[in-house]
Amino acid sequence: MLIEARNLSVRLGDLDVLSGVTMGIAEGEIVTILGPNGSGKSTLIRALLGLVTPSRGEIRRKPGLTIGYVPQRLALDASLPLSVRRFMSLPTRVTDAEAAQALNRVGMDGTETTPVTSLSGGQLQRVMLARALLSRPGLLVLDEPTQSLDQPGEAAFYRLIEEVRRETGAGVLMVSHDLHVVMAASDRVICLNHHICCQGTPRVVSAAPEYRALFGLGTQGALALYQHSHDHSHDHSHDPLHEHGPANGPEHDHDPDGHTHEGHAHAG
Amino acid sequence: MLDDFILRAAAAGIGLSLATGPLGSVVLWRRMAYFGDATAHAAILGVALALAFNLPIVLGTLAVAVIMAVTVATLAARGWAVDTALGVLSHGALAFGLLAISYVKGVHASLESFLFGDILAVDAKDLLFIWAGACVVLALLAWRWQRLLTATVNAELAQAAGINPDRERLILTLALAVVVAVALKVVGALLIAAMLVIPAAAARSLSRSPEQMAALAALIGAIACLAGLGLSLLQDTPAGPSIVAMAAAIFAILAGFGRAVQRGNR
Repeated sequence: MLIEARNLSVRLGDLDVLSGVTMGIAEGEIVTILGPNGSGKSTLIRALLGLVTPSRGEIRRKPGLTIGYVPQRLALDASLPLSVRRFMSLPTRVTDAEAAQALNRVGMDGTETTPVTSLSGGQLQRVMLARALLSRPGLLVLDEPTQSLDQPGEAAFYRLIEEVRRETGAGVLMVSHDLHVVMAASDRVICLNHHICCQGTPRVVSAAPEYRALFGLGTQGALALYQHSHDHSHDHSHDPLHEHGPANGPEHDHDPDGHTHEGHAHAG
Repeated sequence: MLDDFILRAAAAGIGLSLATGPLGSVVLWRRMAYFGDATAHAAILGVALALAFNLPIVLGTLAVAVIMAVTVATLAARGWAVDTALGVLSHGALAFGLLAISYVKGVHASLESFLFGDILAVDAKDLLFIWAGACVVLALLAWRWQRLLTATVNAELAQAAGINPDRERLILTLALAVVVAVALKVVGALLIAAMLVIPAAAARSLSRSPEQMAALAALIGAIACLAGLGLSLLQDTPAGPSIVAMAAAIFAILAGFGRAVQRGNR
């Protein structure tokens, strides 16, 4: 295991954000943490990175593990003049050749002088990935990497992740509330809602009742699921599928918003 | 024609600018402008305490500025609304400082010099403190630069690379306290934050990298000091406000110039 959490619990204020989470990532494995908004996905990532202190349990890292982290976004103040090239040299200075090579790897060659603040969402994700690769990480951690991407951009970005994994052998841990990703790009999916509801290959997880309960999905196939979710979010009154017995699992009410979102994410 | 006190004043202003330029740039990037204000206001309380206990004023201001800076950083880390915490602490400390000073005999005449600075009265010892303080701050910034910049860009990203963002913030906070302590004599408590923010903001429109902005901010600060001193000499205006006014004028000119350059590039 590159990194693992054992019986991890995190309490923020009065809220048990995570309780009894045990999970790990092996070398070369792509793992996606999936869960609705507010389910503790980002907290789990932050705990694995050492940004929040667990109230119980422990985090174990393989000794000498380098983590390449790709944040959701950079909240740069407009007063900071930061070019792509300068960004690549944070926190460790790299040569022009190294920077150019990493940018080339993610298809962003020639952008060295571009200010980071003028990159589009997709370009920024690629640049941040290139920067993370410079430290030759054993584990790549990406927090909702496709949030600001359109469908083709999303697909291309996951192909890129897959290639990087193949070339470097790095483990990849991603966070998503995006069903589409889970089906396409992961070896293993961890379905999280404050605790681990279920985990396994995308196929196994998508069939698991816990997963369906969490996302409020019925027992139909993927397309029907999409239609169900979609109709559900826009129009209650003439929704024949709505009556088809969507799961009424215990977690169904946790996040009606996430429910709507998943429907859209599946559209492509 | 140039007397010694003018040379000392110029040297003090340049020394201060060397520190406030780079530090002020970081303060802007991290949206901490008001934080500098609060630390500076608290310094007045330090002056009062130093006078009451017969301690060197630099020591009093440094101690209170550090306490203030750490308190604000702690409150912010605990999730207080930073604006609220700063507003209360900043003006509260200023008010208590002014009250406390009124109890100390014989300083009524010099109260104004703590609020607005008295750069023309800088002596050799002050000059030494200012340059020593500036060197400490510059050394601190140079030492932590890469880490500080990384933590400024994204705290989680820094943490993943083994950098502790809280520690970097604390170091920045301490540097701010040092600058406030040594700048009190030059521009006074009310205008210290101006010397942090204005030269850095003026440098922004000409800069293409963080380092360039830090260096340019120092240069612009030094020019503002010299121009302000000149104005003060010619027109008999108060020196501290003259310096800040010149810095603001440079900002206005460069902001217009920067926009013209951008338009030209399009």
